[in-house]
Amino acid sequence: MFSGASNFVNSVDRLTLLIFLISLFFLVAITATMIYFVFRYNMKRNPKSEHIEGNLTLEIVWTIIPLILVGFMFIYGWRDWKMMKSPPKNAFTIKSNARMWSWSFSYPNGKVTDTLFVPMNKPVIINVNSSDVIHSLYIPAFRVKQDVVPGNKNFLWFIAQKEGTYDLFCAEYCGLRHAYMTTAVVAMPQKVFDKWYIDTAAVAKVSATGKLILPGLAIIKRNGCTACHSFDGSKIVGPSFKGIYGEKTTVVVNGKEQQVTVDDDYILESIYDPNAKVLKGFQSNLMQPYKDLISKDEVKEIAEYIKSLK
Amino acid sequence: MSQTSVSYLEYQGKYKGILGWILSTDHKRIGLLYLYTIVSFFLVGATLGLLMKLELIAPGRTIMDAQTYNAFFTLHGITMIFLVVIPGIPAIFGNFFLPIMIGAKDVSFPRLNLLSWWLYVIGAAIAISSQFLGSGPPDTGWTFYAPYSLRVPTNVLSAVLGAFVLGFSSILTGINFITTMHRMKAPGMKWMKMPLFPWSLYATGWIQILATPIIGITLLMIVAERLFKIGFFDPSLGGDPLLYQHLFWIYSHPAVYIMILPAMGVISEIIPTFARKTIFGYSAIVISSFGIAFIGYFVWGHHMFAAGMSARSLWFFSLLTFIVAIPSAIKVFNWVATLYKGSINVQTPLYWALSFIFVFLIGGLSGLFLGSLAVDVHLTDTAFVVGHFHFIVFGGMGYAFMAAIHYWFPKIYGRMYDKSWANTGWLIFFMGFLALYFTMFYLGMKGQPRRTYDYFEEYHSGNIISSLGAIVMLFGLAIIIINLVRSARHGEKAPADPWGGKTLEWTIPSPPPIENFEEIPEITHDPYDYK
Repeated sequence: MFSGASNFVNSVDRLTLLIFLISLFFLVAITATMIYFVFRYNMKRNPKSEHIEGNLTLEIVWTIIPLILVGFMFIYGWRDWKMMKSPPKNAFTIKSNARMWSWSFSYPNGKVTDTLFVPMNKPVIINVNSSDVIHSLYIPAFRVKQDVVPGNKNFLWFIAQKEGTYDLFCAEYCGLRHAYMTTAVVAMPQKVFDKWYIDTAAVAKVSATGKLILPGLAIIKRNGCTACHSFDGSKIVGPSFKGIYGEKTTVVVNGKEQQVTVDDDYILESIYDPNAKVLKGFQSNLMQPYKDLISKDEVKEIAEYIKSLK
Repeated sequence: MSQTSVSYLEYQGKYKGILGWILSTDHKRIGLLYLYTIVSFFLVGATLGLLMKLELIAPGRTIMDAQTYNAFFTLHGITMIFLVVIPGIPAIFGNFFLPIMIGAKDVSFPRLNLLSWWLYVIGAAIAISSQFLGSGPPDTGWTFYAPYSLRVPTNVLSAVLGAFVLGFSSILTGINFITTMHRMKAPGMKWMKMPLFPWSLYATGWIQILATPIIGITLLMIVAERLFKIGFFDPSLGGDPLLYQHLFWIYSHPAVYIMILPAMGVISEIIPTFARKTIFGYSAIVISSFGIAFIGYFVWGHHMFAAGMSARSLWFFSLLTFIVAIPSAIKVFNWVATLYKGSINVQTPLYWALSFIFVFLIGGLSGLFLGSLAVDVHLTDTAFVVGHFHFIVFGGMGYAFMAAIHYWFPKIYGRMYDKSWANTGWLIFFMGFLALYFTMFYLGMKGQPRRTYDYFEEYHSGNIISSLGAIVMLFGLAIIIINLVRSARHGEKAPADPWGGKTLEWTIPSPPPIENFEEIPEITHDPYDYK
C-alpha cells in the first residue's frame, strides 16, 4: 500500500484504508456485542427473558449513522474516480490492442511493442481497443483498470512515478489462455525513454529483455502469435511453428480433407484468411484474420523465421 | 387413527412408492423432493469447487488442463447459482413451512407447485446435458458474457436453454407463494401478525415474478444470436456487448436478493426461538425486506463499473449501491438487539445463525470497497470479488440453509440429530470457510485476476491457504451431512416442539400429519409470543 507507483495509488489506498477501518470497527463491535449477549443472557444466568418489542429511536439512530458513513465513502469514491477519467491535455498517447490472448502497444512514431514502455512523471493515456471479445487492461500496481469492449472507445491514464517493471493482466475472462494474457509495464526515466523511443534500430527490439532479435520473431511476438503457437513443437491452441516449413500436411477445407505443403503462400493464406484451410485436428474460427495488421513484407519475415525452426 | 393424523411421510395416496413422491402435490413432499435434488446438485458444485481449488494450490498445471478448469468454473457457477442458491431456501423450506406457518393446509395451487419441481428437474437436465452433448462443455463462465459466448464452439446453447426453463420454475413458485399468503392465512392472522420467514418469501416472490422474465428474454436473445446471427450483442454484427451486460444484471442482481432475503427470513425465525424472546423491531425487519427488494432493482450497474458506462450512470449506481446496504445493516442490528435481555438457549441452529451474522457482515462490509468507485476500479474482476460474493451468497444463503436444516430437521423427520457431531461439523466448516474465502480478499488486493487457471509466484502462498481451507471446509461438510442422513433414520424421536418455538409449525406433531392441521387455528397473538 501507498507505494506511490502511480499518481492514483495514494488516493485509492487512502480510501481503501478508511473503508477498512470503518468496516473493522463495525465487525468487531457487532461481533463482540453478540458474543457478550450470548454469555450474559444465557438461559443459565437469565432464566426469564424480558419482553421488548423494539425501539423507534434506536431504529432511527442505526439507520442514520450508517447512511452518513456510506455517504462519505460514496463521495470520496466518486471524487477519486473522476480524476481517473480526467487526463491532462499534454498527455502522451499510446494505442493498445487486445486480442485472444495477447497485448500490443502502438506509439505515435509507429513503434509497436508487446510490452508497455512509459516515461516517468509524464501523463500517459492508453486508448484501448479489442479485435475480438471483451478483455480488461489491468495494472494492479498503478490501481488502474479498463474493460476493453470491442466496438467501444475507452481509455485509461496514469502518471508512472517510480522506475520499475510492473505486471499487466487481462482481468476479463476471455477464453482458454486468459490466465496467460499477461505482459509488463516498464516505467523509465524520461531520458532513458527518449533514447529508447527515437532509436529506430530498436523497432526490432520489442521484448522487455531489450535484446536484439530477428525481425520475423519480433513481428510474431508483437502480434501475440505465441499465445497460441509454440516454437518447441507443443500444441497450445494452434499448431506449433517448429519443423512445419516444407512439410506436407492435411488440412480441412469446407469439411473436406486436403493435402497442402507449408510454404510462403500457405503461411500468407493462414495469416490473412486463417479459417480457409485449418490444419486437421485444430478448431476453426478461433483465429482472426491479420490482413490489416501484418503487411506482406512482414509475412515474408515471419515465413523466414518459421523456416529457421527445424 | 383418522386419515388426517397420518404423517405425511407414511401417507399412502393414489400412487405407491417413488410415484407417491414424484407425483405428490403435498407441499411437504414437494419440499423434500427439492431438498434431495438441490442437495445432490450442491454436492456436484462443491466437488467442482474443491477440484478447482486443488488445481490452484500451485502455479502451473496441477491436476487438470486449462480447458477443463474453464469448463469447471462455468459449471460450478451455473450449478450453484441456478440450481442451488436461487431455488434453495424458498423451494425447500418455503414449500415445507410457508403453508404451516400461516395456518394453511397447502399452497394455493398444489398442482402448479408440482409442475414447478418438474420444470426444475427438466431445466437442470437440459443444463447438465451441455456437459455431454454437442462440442464440449461450455467455458463462458455462468455470466455468458457476449461476444465470447456467441463465438465459442462449445455447447453454450443447452446451458442457456436450461437456465431459461429454470426461470419458469422460479416464476411459478413466486406466484404460488404470493397467492397463498394473500388468500390462505389462518383467520386472525393479519399481515403484521405473519411470521418473518413468510414475509421474506413474499418480498422474494415479487422479485421472482418481476425480474426473472428479463433473464428469460436475454437468454433467448443469446440463442437467437448464436443460431441466426441476429446482431443484438456482437459488435461485428452491429450489436452492443454492454447491452447484454445490462440485461443480464437487471435480473442477476435482484437474483442476489432472491437468494439472500429468504436466508434473512430464516435467521429472523431462529433468533427469537433461541433467545426465547420476541423479535426486536418486527416492522423494521419487514420494511427493510421491501427496501432491499425495491432498491435492489436499481443497482445492477455496479457489476459494470469498469465496463465504460457514462459518468452519470456510475454516479447513480454507486450511490444506490451504498443505500441498498442500509436495510441489511438494519436487520443485523435488530437481530443482535433481539439477543439483549433474552434467555438464550445455545443450540446448533443458533451457532449457524450467529455465524451467519458474522460472515454476512464480512460479505456486506467487503461490498463497501466495491461500491466505492475509485476502489472498485482496482478490485473489480479480481479474487476480492470472488471472496466478496462467496461471503454473501455462500456465507449468507449457505449458512442460513444450514441453520434452517438444523432448526427444522426434527419437524421434517420427527427425529433429532446428534447435537455434538452437528456442532463439531459446524466448527470445522466455519474455520475452513474463513481460510478459503478470507484469503481471497488479500489476493484480490494484491491484484490476482479472477477466473485464471494459472498465476504468478507472488500469489502462491495465499492460494495454498485458500486451497487448504477448502479441504477443511468439505471435511466439516461431510460430518454435517453424514450426521443428518444417519439421524433421519436412526435419530432419537423428536417431540412436537423441541426448541420451545412459538410459530405454528411447532404446534403440530413431528413429522406433520398429511393436512397439517386437524383444525385451522385462530390467531390471536403475535408470532413470537414469549410474554
